[in-house]
Amino acid sequence: MDITLSTIDKQFGQFKALDNIDLHIESGELIALLGPSGSGKTTLLRIIAGLEFADGGAVYFGGEDVAATPLRKRQIGFVFQHYALFKHMTVRDNVSFGLRVRKGETRPDKASIRRRADELLDLVQLSGLGDRYPHQLSGGQRQRVALARALAIEPKVLLLDEPFGALDAKVRKELRQWLRELHQKTGVTTLFVTHDQEEALELADRVVIMSDGKIAQVGSVDDVYERPASPLVFDFLGSTNRISAQVQDGDLIVGGQQVARYNGDQTGNATLYVRPGDLRVAGAGDPGLEVTVLNVQRTGPIVRATVEIPPTGQRLAVEVPHLHHDVKEFVPEQTLRLRLMQFSVFAAEAEFIKDGVSTPHLIGRERLRQVQ
Amino acid sequence: MSAVLSGKASHSAVTESASVRRLLIAGALLFLLLFLLLPLMSVFFEALRNGIGTYVEALTEPDALAAIKLTLFAAGIAVPLNLVFGVAAAWAVAKFEFRGKTLLTTLIDLPFSVSPVVSGLIYVLMFGASGWAAGLIADTNIQIIFALPGIVLATIFVTFPFVARELIPLMQEQGTDDEQAALSLGANGWQTFWHVTLPNVRWGLLYGVLLCNARAMGEFGAVSVVSGHIRGETNTMPLHVEILYNEYNFAAAFAMASVLASLALLTLGLKSLLETRHGEALSQSHKH
Repeated sequence: MDITLSTIDKQFGQFKALDNIDLHIESGELIALLGPSGSGKTTLLRIIAGLEFADGGAVYFGGEDVAATPLRKRQIGFVFQHYALFKHMTVRDNVSFGLRVRKGETRPDKASIRRRADELLDLVQLSGLGDRYPHQLSGGQRQRVALARALAIEPKVLLLDEPFGALDAKVRKELRQWLRELHQKTGVTTLFVTHDQEEALELADRVVIMSDGKIAQVGSVDDVYERPASPLVFDFLGSTNRISAQVQDGDLIVGGQQVARYNGDQTGNATLYVRPGDLRVAGAGDPGLEVTVLNVQRTGPIVRATVEIPPTGQRLAVEVPHLHHDVKEFVPEQTLRLRLMQFSVFAAEAEFIKDGVSTPHLIGRERLRQVQ
Repeated sequence: MSAVLSGKASHSAVTESASVRRLLIAGALLFLLLFLLLPLMSVFFEALRNGIGTYVEALTEPDALAAIKLTLFAAGIAVPLNLVFGVAAAWAVAKFEFRGKTLLTTLIDLPFSVSPVVSGLIYVLMFGASGWAAGLIADTNIQIIFALPGIVLATIFVTFPFVARELIPLMQEQGTDDEQAALSLGANGWQTFWHVTLPNVRWGLLYGVLLCNARAMGEFGAVSVVSGHIRGETNTMPLHVEILYNEYNFAAAFAMASVLASLALLTLGLKSLLETRHGEALSQSHKH
């Protein structure tokens, strides 16, 4: 079931939760709605579900406007952050609830209901726990019951609201992998809300990054991570170094020296965004940024160094895998040249005003290693 | 830990010393004894003073039986009605947003703040001979004041808030996630209410009904104003106790009073039982 959102607006009192949202989701996709608190992602999810109603715009399921369809008829499966399991029912009764409340001919007979519930419990790897009560299960198990319950009604769309937010780190990682496999098995269009960028990037086919009620960028994991459209997206998806720079005829200039070439041709002030993990020691003939090492920290799989650009005193974080040959170059008080393996350049505020929009926008980028 | 090592009673930093604790407990028990237990025990003592025979006779006397029947009848109508109302009000207040919500919750608390005598007077003023609602019932055969309907109405009024007040905070605390889940799975309003909302509040509901019942059976002030004290017809048990006492028929008065006191003890016992159960259920009902 594909979903289309058209100019969705939502306001809570004075607070604009959603501002003119347009989005199309193909049937069978696994989509992450990613953003900080207050970005509107949960509100958007709930509007798709029918738990909230938009002030303006429309929601289409398979081309049909669902404005008139109440929550209980939309055939969506919703999984809550705190599971919302029915405490006084057994696990099996929880899972079969959606089937048991059907009326008339659509309601299967008792034996079929029981069989289907047990099948689903097998699917979520909770076989044999059918007669337990929710309070007897761990958090991860409860979440799987909630998923089985949502899947029991054969929903056209599965919606998850920060499904792993209430679980500890290890369980979260396991369930992420498990959800991905489940999605591949069932093929149901799935949307999940998260504020954890690692989770979004690991799980999703496409990521919708939201901020302040607007969509900042939509794209595949590669699109948003390798080609972020704005400083906000860049910043949200991982650690960031922000450096003031100048651009001139395709040269990127920091502190008077040319440190890289990039794919643009403007002239003026700009801000360079580069990830700590995308900096390497420059070879003899390479363009590079001169820095002095301040300190080095070994943190298991990663070696972290703080370096300083001498004339301006700007500081950068550098991350190198612990077995990389560059690690030995990072010694406090050593001077180095760093090569920018991948970076994005955005206009400095108030410069490069384009179409009347003065927020920082992308000037260009450089990627030295091509993704296959 | 340190207690095991030192062999002395441990002195935690946040509790009083043993002697202070014992003093406070003794003080509380003494208070309870003087003001609660002694009077209660004396009721039973006085009731049985002239022997079991007189006791039974006092309770099986026609007027006494009529009073018992009337009490049961009034409670039997008031409690179910207030149960339905309480659940409906709590459900509306806890699960929905609407204008006038605060007004509703304030009105629900009204019978608590109004004196019971005033609660009864309300109905006399409305339906009495010169009451402004007297015209409504003038042509029918229904008599409200100094008759059964008045007693039932007054009882309903004073026991109004019990179920609602118990359920509102409970339902508010439980939130609406469970109901939203049920709806998303295809349940309609009634199914959601019956299979999800009610079971979630069952212990609180029972608790509220228990309190409501205790008050319904024991109400004196409001019923007294409205009833007219017609022996054998409009006397509830508490009213009957008063009549007997005013006639210096102490043994009989205490006999009837002992029935009410037993009811109080039974209510207390069930309340404690539910609190243990209720407390468990309440902690389980917290979001997992």
